[in-house]
Amino acid sequence: MSGLFLESLATDAVTAVLLVPAAAAALLALLPGYRLPARLNVLASLLTLLAALALLGGERPAPGPYLQVDDLNIVFIVLNCFVGFTTSIFSAGYIGHELETGRLTPTYLRFYHAMFQVMMFGMNLAFVSNNIGLMWVAVELATLSTVLMVGIYRTHEALEAAWKYFILGSVGIALALFGTILVYMAARPVLGEGQDAMVWTVLVSRAAGFDPALLDVAFVFLLLGYGTKVGLAPLHAWLPDAHAEGPTPISAVLSGLLLNVALYAVLRFKILLAASPEAIAPGPLMVTMGLTSLIFAGFMLYRRRDIKRLFAYSSIEHMGIIVFAFGMGGPLANFAGLLHMVMHSLTKSAIFYAVGHVAQVKGTQKIAEIRGLTESHPGLGWGLVIGVAAIAGLPPLGVFMSEFLVVSSTFAREPLLAIPLVAGLLIAFGALTLRIGSLAFGEPSGSRAAVGASPLPMYAHLALVLVAGLYLPPPLVAWFQHVAGLLG
Amino acid sequence: MSGLEMGSLGFDTAHLLAGGLVLVSFMMLYQHRLYALLNLYALHALLLATSVAWQAFTQAAPHLYVTALIALIFKALIIPVALHRIVERLGIHRDIETAVGVGATMLVGMGLVALSLVLMLRVTPGADPLAREDLAFALSVVLLGLLVMVTRRNAVSQVVGFMSLENGLVLAATGAKGMPLVVEISVAFSVLIAFIVIGVFLFRIRERFDTVDVGALDDFRGERR
Repeated sequence: MSGLFLESLATDAVTAVLLVPAAAAALLALLPGYRLPARLNVLASLLTLLAALALLGGERPAPGPYLQVDDLNIVFIVLNCFVGFTTSIFSAGYIGHELETGRLTPTYLRFYHAMFQVMMFGMNLAFVSNNIGLMWVAVELATLSTVLMVGIYRTHEALEAAWKYFILGSVGIALALFGTILVYMAARPVLGEGQDAMVWTVLVSRAAGFDPALLDVAFVFLLLGYGTKVGLAPLHAWLPDAHAEGPTPISAVLSGLLLNVALYAVLRFKILLAASPEAIAPGPLMVTMGLTSLIFAGFMLYRRRDIKRLFAYSSIEHMGIIVFAFGMGGPLANFAGLLHMVMHSLTKSAIFYAVGHVAQVKGTQKIAEIRGLTESHPGLGWGLVIGVAAIAGLPPLGVFMSEFLVVSSTFAREPLLAIPLVAGLLIAFGALTLRIGSLAFGEPSGSRAAVGASPLPMYAHLALVLVAGLYLPPPLVAWFQHVAGLLG
Repeated sequence: MSGLEMGSLGFDTAHLLAGGLVLVSFMMLYQHRLYALLNLYALHALLLATSVAWQAFTQAAPHLYVTALIALIFKALIIPVALHRIVERLGIHRDIETAVGVGATMLVGMGLVALSLVLMLRVTPGADPLAREDLAFALSVVLLGLLVMVTRRNAVSQVVGFMSLENGLVLAATGAKGMPLVVEISVAFSVLIAFIVIGVFLFRIRERFDTVDVGALDDFRGERR
């Protein structure tokens, strides 16, 4: 597939962000064994991250018919490649343990590593695509690769989770394609037939002339379609199962990255609608769905018995907050939404790293059977405590700051909307505090064996979240403010 | 819009074929037997192939013939035959367990078709008449496919529902005149999806449960206790 648009790639960095994962996927599909492929997986992820960082400083190519790099998608790409890199380190240790216990066989391991890189390729492609058709394909590719990985343990629960994810994800992706076709139909009278009517930068510059009614309907389909993948209630049913039953590295990238990919697609179309003066304002729709997800997930957090499910519902909650913030719009709320998205990705993947080690060492995911972690595994236990404190929104961690910004900007503009927002945040806070108490403290349960794998990825993420809560470097703030302005 | 006036032969034929797709989607709703459902899916794909070929002819867009050919060979022949074999080997050619009664399903289906007609015709007064009606029919097919997926608990019929939905999307994409690239890619993806569904899920489910009735999996739904 990559041959088609190779010629339109303008710089090496963009090429590398796409080609490294694609080549690594092909290579890893062929390599047997465990140690070498796991290391190659880390190496490939590191190279992709370096390429993404090179995008930050380098000269940007002019947007082509298929690919583009702008200030908005660089934020997503760098975050994506960074979390992908740390997850590959976590995955190397995690997978070694799964091989020892026999939950994964060597054949499936080969498949797992190849799919990991296919997923990274799909996500990066979705971010750099300038063509709404190509973006759809990339999101679909990333989804399919994760469906296969969710089902990799082949237990009853894993198969059912993968099936549910596949069915709901396909419905979502079908609705999104229908929306994409409608956007093309709206653009065709203005831009003429063919390529231009699907190129995002061209669409945005000419959106004022599009038929507003058709754009409205298209956005509803796109919001529902991609919203399914963001995990917005009431389209979230796949999300907790897929998180709970797949390998934990996949839970980490699902929550930390794949939800962002779908969110990014929604944001691109939101910008498109904002460029057309007569189309509906996308904000109220997003605010409603965001608030619904936040409050629904907040209540659902109380009855969870499975630790990975608990944090999956917490992801629904936070995606709700982010979509709410972007729905509110304006420089401050967009800034807050962007910051919250980054903080959530870092924190939630750190939590899943911790949970992965905990579930392996204790041999269970049931919350009731895990107690006293800070005593039996101090490093891991306190890491989890800090992670949960961060995700619940306690100061001085980064999530507190972004949530504070969301709430304060809402109070300033729509005080009435701030009431359900704060209520939802408090409900979720209560549930998480209740759970972490029994998980982390008290008489330890189960095995006290040391965790072999390195906790470094978890600490690295938590350190970043802590630093962001205390001090944001001015260039980063300026960058985010600029992007917030782009989002309208 | 070149050539296709309302009431002309070209228009009427396209209209007839797209309407035929909706009709077959309806027939899928009340099928009790898996074999009959698979045959209907083959008919659905055949109609799609004819419709796409007709669009290729009237729009003078030769690349659409490729899409039509894929629909004909892959969707109308290979997939139904393969699914037939799977159903036969698994011995599940008994009645389909439907989650909702036929009467209610048909009523909901009619509601969905009415909804998509009203919605699409209202928002596209400016577009050319063929594209409008194609979109309205395509949305009907998509929604009816969804309905099949919702009302069936059997994995094979859910897959059939999804593939008929995919047909609706192809109809919409070919109706949108001159849409680049996506037709081929979406077809490639429907192939990929079909492979994944048949290859991975059915055989994995078979291996573990000796049944492809998703209802059998419902016992494991929700939390682990």
